[in-house]
Amino acid sequence: MRSFLRLAALAVLLAATPAEGARIGELADWDFGSQTVRFFSLQDASVRYALAGSMLLGLCCGLMGAFLVVRKLALMGDALSHAVLPGVALGFLWGMTKNPVAIFAGAVGAGLLGAVVVQWIRATTKHREDAALGFVLSSFFGVGIVLFTMIQNLPGGAKSGLDGFMFGQAAALGPEDVWLLAGVTVLALGAVGLFYKEYVLTSFDEGFAQSLGWPVKFYHYSLMLLLAFAIVSALQAVGVVLVSAMLVIPAAAAFLLTDRMGAMLAWSAGLGMLAGAAGAFFSFTGQSLPTGPFMVLAAAGLFVLALLFAPSHGIVRRLWRRRSRVARIRRENTLKAIYHVMEDGGFREEVVEIEGVADRRRETAAGARREIVELQQAGLATVADGRVAFTPEGWQRACEMVRNHRLWELYLTNAAQLAPDHVHDDAEVIEHVLGDETVRRLERRLNYARRDPHGKLIPGLADLAAGAPPSERVAGFGEKGGAR
Amino acid sequence: MMKDFSTTAPPLEVHDLTVAYDRRPVLYGIDLTVPAGSLTGIIGPNGAGKSTLLKAVLGLLPLSAGWVKIFGGPLAQHARRTGYVPQRESVDWDFPVNVMDVVLMGRYGHLPPGRRPGRADREIARACLDQVQMLPLAGRQIGNLSGGQRQRVFLARALAQESDLYFMDEPFAGVDAATEAAIIDLLRGMKDRGKTVVVVHHDLSTAQDYFDRLVLLNMRLVAAGPTAEVFTPELLQKTYGGRLTILSDVAQALGEER
Repeated sequence: MRSFLRLAALAVLLAATPAEGARIGELADWDFGSQTVRFFSLQDASVRYALAGSMLLGLCCGLMGAFLVVRKLALMGDALSHAVLPGVALGFLWGMTKNPVAIFAGAVGAGLLGAVVVQWIRATTKHREDAALGFVLSSFFGVGIVLFTMIQNLPGGAKSGLDGFMFGQAAALGPEDVWLLAGVTVLALGAVGLFYKEYVLTSFDEGFAQSLGWPVKFYHYSLMLLLAFAIVSALQAVGVVLVSAMLVIPAAAAFLLTDRMGAMLAWSAGLGMLAGAAGAFFSFTGQSLPTGPFMVLAAAGLFVLALLFAPSHGIVRRLWRRRSRVARIRRENTLKAIYHVMEDGGFREEVVEIEGVADRRRETAAGARREIVELQQAGLATVADGRVAFTPEGWQRACEMVRNHRLWELYLTNAAQLAPDHVHDDAEVIEHVLGDETVRRLERRLNYARRDPHGKLIPGLADLAAGAPPSERVAGFGEKGGAR
Repeated sequence: MMKDFSTTAPPLEVHDLTVAYDRRPVLYGIDLTVPAGSLTGIIGPNGAGKSTLLKAVLGLLPLSAGWVKIFGGPLAQHARRTGYVPQRESVDWDFPVNVMDVVLMGRYGHLPPGRRPGRADREIARACLDQVQMLPLAGRQIGNLSGGQRQRVFLARALAQESDLYFMDEPFAGVDAATEAAIIDLLRGMKDRGKTVVVVHHDLSTAQDYFDRLVLLNMRLVAAGPTAEVFTPELLQKTYGGRLTILSDVAQALGEER
């Protein structure tokens, strides 16, 4: 339904702009470099207005959008932004000019009417919010398109410049538009700054706020009014169709970047400004291309960057964490295999054949060699002539793994009454995640037992501290491993 | 005059309270008085209206009939003396706030609009976090907490309210045994300091142990009074056994009529 309406809107616009052919002809003289210089030198007044307006709208939408996203009301922004369209048309019809005040008033009125209709549908029918939002969004947008078409057909209507409201045209921003944006931004910053704690608490826990005797309805509707202001003042630059993206995308990116509301507001406003500036830049250098799509694309690019590189929620960070965890578990399993081979040999040798480790790990010799090279790089073992020996640190880690494994098996058989042949697989997983404190508790609970359910020795603190397999100590080479 | 009255008036007095969702009554004509310094449990089967009673008393739901007095006056007059622990599921735990932020919200009722919590409020919040053994987790985002830890954050927020009358909605639901023991200790400590605590509780097996007064509820008030008097097989049978079929059928019909 919505995409159909958007197509219809596009068709109207294309039919109404016969100048399209001429523009494509101009593209031949188009020079990216000189346009860039012109943009950044800010010598044209129109560039200054476009840039200031786009950044102000990014700031304002980012601020309001952050509250929408944490309140799970992102669709509300979409519905409101489409619902303002008939108001824009009526504001124009008021004086047949693009008077910003008349258009602002009409659009805010239409937006609030849309919000009221959403509430009314929810309260009086069995529909939930999504159906109500969908209805308001598409029907108001439809009315808006009809009115726009009528205006285009009026005498002088074709030059109304109203098509800028559909996809945004930052270059068409005048000083009045920028002042309007600045006013709304100051208002939004002031309200959020003054009532920060009120807006955060009513967003997080409305019931609790109400129990404090706060007027939660006032805070909700003042936020919705600010939202309507932000949307309407942003229309000229970014367009009806895409303004909701400027509300949602920078805020959604900010949500990934931080766990604190204050920081999220700052990030969201900052990313919005960045996207706004980028949109104005590409729109200017790209010769009268609509601003809205570029702004939204820039915001989407920033979102993808946040998704990939956010410090704790980012995909790259998560993959890296998982990779390093997998590598650590692999190293620990190799260490354990070396320990087992030594144990099978009664700890008579302080070095073991790599083939023995490979058998133990059920791997090819090449695979085992690769794993042991990894150990060497991590400083846990040394290799010479196809044989491997622990470093003191490697020995300690190996003992810890074997101890954790056997303690856990013993705990499961003793405390959880599991049969000894049922506990190995569980211990294989648990051994890598047991913390020091849990190990101490297990040892106490098991009375510092020295034998696991299979009769094997559980390495104790003395064995760990020795820094090397017992053979060295027994044979009197203890000073080499040292009491590290 | 008003002040003299409020020192002697009971913390909570409810008269003929009736609540309806969509014109469908869920609580009928509740009369209830909670004396100062008591630890009161509200028990009853699922759908009995326990949480609804709490929300109605706190003004979160409109009343169809009846009135509520807090310390002898309307709630708005004594909002600062009233603390609230909502159900854990009522908030979004992915919200970008940390443990300390949430506990500080307990101080918000003492601050005028536009004022941020100050150093003194932070000190109180830290002390309250310490009381529930959550101080080491003060900087953690609230989504990275276990169910029991989340409940303790909510309790710390309520403690930070420094109120005289507390309403708690299912604080024992879905917490581990250690947290449950810690919570009941905390509630008894509050009672010993003269606070009045009203708790919605779902577990009959512990109700007798935990509370010195009980409210038995099933759409209407079955009984209210000292635990020893109302925790009797007959009254429990009246509360839990046999749905009040006519009452709920009529309620159903009323709801469908609109």
